[in-house]
Amino acid sequence: MSARLRSLLLTLAAPVLAVVFAAIITSIVLSVSGHGPIETLSLMVDYGFQPRTISLTINSATTYFFAALAVAVAFRMNLFNIGVDGQYRLAAMLAAAVGGAVALPGPLHVLLIVVVAMLVGAAWAAIAGILKATRGVSEVISTIMLNFIATGIVAYLLNTDRLAVQVAGSNNIGTKHIPESGHMPGLSLIPGSGTQQVFGFVIIAILAGIAFQVLLNRTRFGFDLRATGQSESAAIASGVNVKRMVVISMVISGAVAGLVGMPQLLGASYSYGLDFPTGLGFTGIAIALLGRNHPVGIAIGALLFGFLDNSSNILQINEIPNEIVVIMQGVIVLSVVVAYELVRRYKLVAEQRRVSRELSAGGTGGPAPEGAAA
Amino acid sequence: MRRDKVAKLGLALMTSALLTISAAACGGGSNDAKTGASEGAAKGGGGAKVGLAYDIGGRGDQSFNDAAARGLDKAKSELKVEGKELEASPGETDAQKEERLRLLAQGGYNPIIGIGFAYSAPMTKVAKEFPNVKFAIVDDAGAQAPNISNLTFAEHEGSFLVGAAAALKSKKNSVGFVGGVKVPLIAKFEAGFLAGAKHVKKDIKTSVQYLTNPPDMTGFNDPAKGQVAAKGMIDGGADVVYHAAGGSGGGVFKAAKEGNAMAIGVDSDQALTADAAVKDVIITSMVKRVDVAVFDFLKSFTDNTVQAGEKVYDLKAGGVDYSTTGGKVDEIKAQLDELKQKIISGEIKVSAKTGA
Repeated sequence: MSARLRSLLLTLAAPVLAVVFAAIITSIVLSVSGHGPIETLSLMVDYGFQPRTISLTINSATTYFFAALAVAVAFRMNLFNIGVDGQYRLAAMLAAAVGGAVALPGPLHVLLIVVVAMLVGAAWAAIAGILKATRGVSEVISTIMLNFIATGIVAYLLNTDRLAVQVAGSNNIGTKHIPESGHMPGLSLIPGSGTQQVFGFVIIAILAGIAFQVLLNRTRFGFDLRATGQSESAAIASGVNVKRMVVISMVISGAVAGLVGMPQLLGASYSYGLDFPTGLGFTGIAIALLGRNHPVGIAIGALLFGFLDNSSNILQINEIPNEIVVIMQGVIVLSVVVAYELVRRYKLVAEQRRVSRELSAGGTGGPAPEGAAA
Repeated sequence: MRRDKVAKLGLALMTSALLTISAAACGGGSNDAKTGASEGAAKGGGGAKVGLAYDIGGRGDQSFNDAAARGLDKAKSELKVEGKELEASPGETDAQKEERLRLLAQGGYNPIIGIGFAYSAPMTKVAKEFPNVKFAIVDDAGAQAPNISNLTFAEHEGSFLVGAAAALKSKKNSVGFVGGVKVPLIAKFEAGFLAGAKHVKKDIKTSVQYLTNPPDMTGFNDPAKGQVAAKGMIDGGADVVYHAAGGSGGGVFKAAKEGNAMAIGVDSDQALTADAAVKDVIITSMVKRVDVAVFDFLKSFTDNTVQAGEKVYDLKAGGVDYSTTGGKVDEIKAQLDELKQKIISGEIKVSAKTGA
């Protein structure tokens, strides 16, 4: 086996191992709870490939993608932004309020709402970044706390005396409905999905993924960010201003977090109400882990999670508890973490063995060039 | 050797996965019938297939989802209907609620009941697509269509009565309200309670506390928080505490027990359903008959007399009321019933809004 093939196989081994691992554990859970794993899976696959479901899955995935991307920016820098949840909720609420209050021509209106959301998300995340840079406060602690404060602020503002209006005849309250000009048109991407369009934001998500990759791998800033993430002392030694990097990456992370609520706000609900989806920031953490902080990986993870979430209805209709979905998601994330760790250790041991073999064979010479090992 | 072990394990895992996947592929297609069935399979009469879509929590939440489940259970045994119950997942969007209703309709479930205002917009859409299916929604009047029945409650009217009861029973002239989550629905309970208390005693001292703010809905299911809040009120001089906090109410009762105070239950007659150790502190409960509303709707379906539009379950309709289990409000029952009559006749108007 050539070294190149071997390394390719090893790269593939981790995700394959993870999928296999997750499939086995889920099968065991299903069997123990008295449901056939094969029937369950085929049910989900069947339902998953219906056009409507594909649309729904892409829509959920679009939202998850932004959440995971926001987490991933910070992760690459070794920052754990648990505050994506608070950042997107505050951003979506304020952006919805602004969007409902003004009337502008189409694209400008959408742009304004999106910019407000990104600014709010960035500002909220910046608090944690500044606290870390100036006072050394762990961003884990501060972002968790900021989540609670965001909940409080949203609850305070989402009141009929302030930014909210009562939805007629309902127990719901929400920000003023965003007029037509502020809606992001949907796309009829999937033939046969009827009224269920795909969020127009899916395009923005793809662009954001590309921008992420370019920023991190093709710019000086990206290099600094990755260097700081991998070794802070080395980064300092090579002249990176780590404190500045901390603030900037939190700001970027927060700005992306501001986008999390946008597909739903501008593509479906047009108002931030009590029924606006919550907890997306935490889903984002799981998906960022799943996707190894890489946009392609995150996209796959987001689609997988989107599919699983949308299949919970069909499971329930067939008397399979929807908690199974949550178990699957948890198992998948765990499997990925475990599988990558296994492969990493395996690589390490193999490398050590190769070096020692070469040392003993070559006698006095240093490690032989790559090809010699094959 | 270690490497061999890993390799073998990997091979074994991979084989089983391939088996799983190929088996799944073979199994595909067998379930089309379940989701593709035509709409409106069941006509009125026994044997109707009822689809019940809960909000987050579902059956077992000790709150209003459970009350709806009781209504369905009663219908199952008395009207011989079948039921299919689906529940919402945390963090889901309207699109997923919409899909839940649509799957039920496609699966031949008729009638379909949505529990909670979150189903309002989704139901409006799906009802249009399935004009032959009857829909009902609890706690919402916003979803309007010729095939949607809106089952709403006058929580403020029932709360007015228990507010009056609290004020009459209070020896320290101070009463408290513990709300689960600060949402408009619970504000109706608060508004009625405060209005009732002030109606019988103008100078009564009132305190109000909510356990959590949305989207944190744990306030409906956190007895510890309920206990702390109620204890604070009791320490501050209140001796009757009313809760509209679902499962957190258990903590309110405990605090009342420890502080030698009185408590008022909510939704069901909690002097019957609460923990035996704290039952004796519950002087009355504001009953909100979600179970009755669900059962009535199903009954009208089997009788073919379903009416679209809003049906308000108020004091007059017996949809809300105060309970007398335990005999702790017997001496003021005459006064309470008089107030009740005045509300029914329209002589007293109870506002559903606080501060009005």
